[in-house]
Amino acid sequence: MASPGFRAVLPGALCYNRRVGEADPAEDKRQLVVLEGVRKSFGDLQALRDIDLTVSAGEVVVLIGPSGSGKSTLCRCINRLETIDAGTILIDGMPLPQEGKALARLRADIGMVFQSFNLFAHKTVLQNVTLGPIKVRDIPKAEAAERGMALLERVGIADKADRYPAELSGGQQQRAAIARALAMDPKLMLFDEPTSALDPEMIKEVLDVMIELAKEGTTMIVVTHEMGFARSAARRVVFMDGGRIVETADPDTFFSSPSTERARDFLSKILAH
Amino acid sequence: MAAAVLLGLLALLIRLIVNSRFADFAVVRHYLFNRSILVGLRNTLVISVLAQMVGITLGVTLSVMRLSKNPVLSVTSWLYIWFFRGTPVLVQLLFWFNAVPQVFKTFAVSVPFTHIVLYQKPMVLFMTSFMAALLGLGLNEGAYMAEIVRAAIISVDEGQTEAAQALGMRSGLIMRRVVLPQAMRVIIPPTGNEFISMLKTSSLASVVLYGELLRRASDIYSTNLRVVELLLDASIWYLVLTSIATIGQYYLERRFARGASRELPLTPLQRIRRNLVPGRPWFRVLR
Ligand SMILES: Nc1ncnc2c1ncn2[C@@H]1O[C@H](COP(=O)(O)OP(=O)(O)O)[C@@H](O)[C@H]1O
Ligand SMILES: [Mg+2]
Repeated sequence: MASPGFRAVLPGALCYNRRVGEADPAEDKRQLVVLEGVRKSFGDLQALRDIDLTVSAGEVVVLIGPSGSGKSTLCRCINRLETIDAGTILIDGMPLPQEGKALARLRADIGMVFQSFNLFAHKTVLQNVTLGPIKVRDIPKAEAAERGMALLERVGIADKADRYPAELSGGQQQRAAIARALAMDPKLMLFDEPTSALDPEMIKEVLDVMIELAKEGTTMIVVTHEMGFARSAARRVVFMDGGRIVETADPDTFFSSPSTERARDFLSKILAH
Repeated sequence: MAAAVLLGLLALLIRLIVNSRFADFAVVRHYLFNRSILVGLRNTLVISVLAQMVGITLGVTLSVMRLSKNPVLSVTSWLYIWFFRGTPVLVQLLFWFNAVPQVFKTFAVSVPFTHIVLYQKPMVLFMTSFMAALLGLGLNEGAYMAEIVRAAIISVDEGQTEAAQALGMRSGLIMRRVVLPQAMRVIIPPTGNEFISMLKTSSLASVVLYGELLRRASDIYSTNLRVVELLLDASIWYLVLTSIATIGQYYLERRFARGASRELPLTPLQRIRRNLVPGRPWFRVLR
């Protein structure tokens, strides 16, 4: 889990002296995601309680917290895979549409990467990547395929373009899923524990792709316990517990000297092994 | 031991059949390729394929309706399935052929809420044997297919739908492009069984005077009284049809297994060919 470990194996061309998600002063400070007083219950269970969170364009935010603290629910509310009970969510200044065409259009602008990859099992890797652009963005097939191949190249699995997901390793599948999300040219990328289902030796290949994205200025909300990623790519760590945001801090501060008891407690548990 | 007893019994049975001379096999052979029988064979195939297609189309529609959040749609679908599965298909066939033309005198297609009539025909002319057979078999099959398709749709991982939603796909598109193609793998095997069953059930259409295989055979034996021989002819052709359908089912299943497992199973032909490759150990031994 130590970040120096995977920094060392990154290609020399990549420089991590500056934290990559850190915006330079000239950068657009547009508020891309604004959550205010967001609440969500499942029956009696309050999964989200009064969540306030703002993410600016180009920012990388890591969500961290114990299992069941509401991290996935928060992500899913942002592209309305879950409806919220109270509060407001603004995406690029616009409130989340209720349903139909407008909602579909909004979702097309938000990429999502799932813990379980969720690649379309009946389509090849390339078809997975081109389906959205062709069917949702009306991009001609040839052009979509060309751009799809470029994306697969970028995540390092161009040679797997004609394979079915079941023929790929977990790490390759997750990189394909990232390429699929990127193919829509999203304004924002949501990652929900993208490496939790992966064997240790595959985690790095996925994180490398994500760090690369962060470096290019992609706005990302990432649920992960990978401290290395948080330290090298995130500007902010948001610690959740019991459906609340308990603490927000920059990664170095959060991991070395968290200010709340609950965060200390949590960190001692994930660092124990 | 058990196998020996079984074989002994089988030998006895065969001797019994041959000795009884219960059928004249020359007659069986003579009528096997009788023109009327062959037309019946074609009609059986036609009505089975068409009714199965009606059934599949209805089944997909009904199952999507049944899974809809809209209660009007899901209740309508539930009622349909309840009714058509709950009554005998023989009754439904007779109903279309005999009862409907008595109740409704004309069949007309008009533009809704206007008096513009696009198509009109007296019901007795519209509700031919063919039409009654198609409706009777097809609508009944729709109810069974609906349950098959519904189970298959539910079996597709919800993550697939969520991933498609996250790409900005709308529900109709998701159903067509993501869910149904994956449900196909689960739909095909029972649908193959349904079709094999339909090939045989289509013989019920003989009650609405549709000239399928059984009707043709019984028309012939009602004049020449060769009941056993003609029923044997019909049975032979039914066996041929169901055997072909079984083979077709195998290849279809294989086609739709794509993406579900790492490697497709070999077809029987491929297995033979692979074993014939020179250089395979057993081949060298044979030479
Ligand atoms: N669809 C659902 N139905 C009922 N309860 C749910 C559902 N989704 C999540 N929950 C509950 O909401 C809480 C927060 O879940 P989740 O957001 O998945 O947590 P995390 O991702 O932080 O582990 C958990 O207690 C979970 O059991
Ligand atoms: Mg989660």
